[in-house]
Amino acid sequence: MKVRAQIGMVLNLDKCIGCHTCSVTCKNVWTSRDGVEYAWFNNVETKPGIGYPKDWENQKRWNGGWERSKAGKLRPKQGAKWRILANIFANPDLPEIDDYYEPFDFDYDHLKSAPEMEAFPTARPRSKLSGARMEKIEWGPNWEEILGGEFSKRSKDANFEGIQKEIYGQYENTFMMYLPRLCEHCLNPTCASACPSGAIYKREDDGVVLIDQEKCRGWRMCVSACPYKKIYYNWSTGKSEKCTLCYPRLESGQPTVCSETCVGRIRYIGVMLYDADKIAEAASVENDQDLYDAQLGVFLDPSDPDVIAAARAEGVPEDWIESARRSPIWKMAMEWKIAFPLHPEFRTLPMVWYVPPLSPIQNAAEAGQIGTDGEMPDVKSLRIPVKYLANMLTAGDEAPVVSALERMLAMRSYMRSKTVDGVINLGVAQRVGLTPQQIDEMYQIMAIANYEDRFVIPTTHREMVEDAYDLRSGCGFTDGNGCSSGVSTGKLFGGRKHITPAEGWT
Amino acid sequence: MSYFIFGVLPYVALTVLVVGSIARYERDPFTWKSGSSQLLGRKQLIWGSILFHVGILIVFFGHLIGMLTPVELFHALHISYAFKQLMAIVVGGIAGAMAIIGGAMLLHRRLFNPRVRASSTFADTGILVLLFVQIVVGMGTILVSIQHLDGGEMVKFMDWARAIFTLRKDAWHIVADVHWIYKLHILLGLVIFILFPFTRLVHMLSVPVRYLWRPGYQIVRTRKRNASQPAE
Repeated sequence: MKVRAQIGMVLNLDKCIGCHTCSVTCKNVWTSRDGVEYAWFNNVETKPGIGYPKDWENQKRWNGGWERSKAGKLRPKQGAKWRILANIFANPDLPEIDDYYEPFDFDYDHLKSAPEMEAFPTARPRSKLSGARMEKIEWGPNWEEILGGEFSKRSKDANFEGIQKEIYGQYENTFMMYLPRLCEHCLNPTCASACPSGAIYKREDDGVVLIDQEKCRGWRMCVSACPYKKIYYNWSTGKSEKCTLCYPRLESGQPTVCSETCVGRIRYIGVMLYDADKIAEAASVENDQDLYDAQLGVFLDPSDPDVIAAARAEGVPEDWIESARRSPIWKMAMEWKIAFPLHPEFRTLPMVWYVPPLSPIQNAAEAGQIGTDGEMPDVKSLRIPVKYLANMLTAGDEAPVVSALERMLAMRSYMRSKTVDGVINLGVAQRVGLTPQQIDEMYQIMAIANYEDRFVIPTTHREMVEDAYDLRSGCGFTDGNGCSSGVSTGKLFGGRKHITPAEGWT
Repeated sequence: MSYFIFGVLPYVALTVLVVGSIARYERDPFTWKSGSSQLLGRKQLIWGSILFHVGILIVFFGHLIGMLTPVELFHALHISYAFKQLMAIVVGGIAGAMAIIGGAMLLHRRLFNPRVRASSTFADTGILVLLFVQIVVGMGTILVSIQHLDGGEMVKFMDWARAIFTLRKDAWHIVADVHWIYKLHILLGLVIFILFPFTRLVHMLSVPVRYLWRPGYQIVRTRKRNASQPAE
């Protein structure tokens, strides 16, 4: 047993209102620079839809993630090492920028500088790539917002696999949900394995996956390797960039920017202990639908004395073990089993998990006739097809998703009788296999969702790795040229000046 | 003039190449990159890049082997100069043609794809133009070489390269009387050597062959001072 700690995240899709606050605050902090205008480390997609970049979930097209060989070995789906090197001159699986969208800005200045004209001046779009006028914007970061576009196009969504999707194009049967996405900080990241330079690494102390900007040579294999398409090639600096899980904030015990600013309080951050020795085995189980269970098997119970002893032996700090015990991620993923990994079939063992959304009961007008199962509506009559959610969260296995939805319905029903009727309805709790105490806790964490309950983040232990005396008068967070603020103009070795987000603030 | 170009410039070029590359790697590793623009447009790049790279690599190693292998080795293997000359013309001609076709596609794309053009630095475009001209001149030398297939001219360049690396003061004499197109080819080559550390060409020093025998797939970085277990 090799105990490691990982910062994980859960997003409660049941409460996501699709406001994009997470995306916008993330962009303002991390990607409001040349070369990554098109990049959204966090974006919110309306599902069903093909998403951003186009069709990202379809690995038959993009060859992201891992593939299990007949012999049971894992290798990147885009190819083993020699194959990746053979494609180094031109990567056949790399999306083009139009698969994301052509970034643009508007000629705002024209609004105030235009001469007196018959027509009111307008701010027309201009490409951020070429600077040329764009007559028509063809695609954007969130083109399918709230079911935008025709169903025939949106329904290319890979999660429709095995579903008779035609009826969902009819107005009466239509459904939608929001899916906020960021880097999964996988336990088994394909990006790191596909990087020929070895620039991508996973931090041992908190599991954050980062790209060393000085080691990255721009071979761009990580972009195609990531099945979530959450690594972005900065066309200006020639380096790849990705979500950092706001590690400078995490290290000081603060939640990521996307989580901090989430108005719906849907995001949870906490520590998970896992057994690093089990990763290879869990990621290479034969059947796709067993991957969810296999990943659950990798996590270690932070209350188990053996695990605690092993964690201490590995040097996991005491407050990290304590945080793992109080982790909202552990409760939602392991205790209540209401959170699921996004597309476990990619075999990366992702660590950003999702609580599936409840949805209105179909044919609510005919309320008397809907399938009810005792006191609770049958989850099969929910507007979002269970199969669709299962394709997204459990590689198509409906049972765990049904159980999660039932538990959430049960929580509502139980709390309604408790607070409205003043009746403790033990039956509904028992039917979904929860105790009243568990439902109370679920309610506290999921419905009330206090800040301290959502974010249980231990601070990093710098004192264990470096001597603070050596850090005095240091320059903090930079990735420029040492402590230089980067104001020197004209660079001997070419390239545009790289402005770090930290410099942007000053 | 000849003395400067063939007697002095080679040393200047090699010094700038080595010192400049080390300085850049040490001082500004953030700028060390391949500078791929595939994201901005893959049309023309896929074939252009593959043809250009494969062609130029064959040509590059052909020059390296052809010029720096000790003459004695060729004698020992009973490879005649004429045969070597013919090989150089045939293999170099085919690889050169690949590089010219690929280079033309890449150059056209760099100049006429508005996105690629806007994101190119002067160095990006300049070095591509220079490489393209160099390949064209190099192919031009074949026309001259064909007129004397005995390999006599070729031996001069082998001797010259050898003289440079053995620090002989009279090295420049050896190539003083060759056709001007060879001289132009050498001059351009030395200019490219000098510009090497200041352009994206440095990415060829980072060819990630080590990747093939990097153990496993994962990379974990620890910050523990006394890491008890080595990173995977």
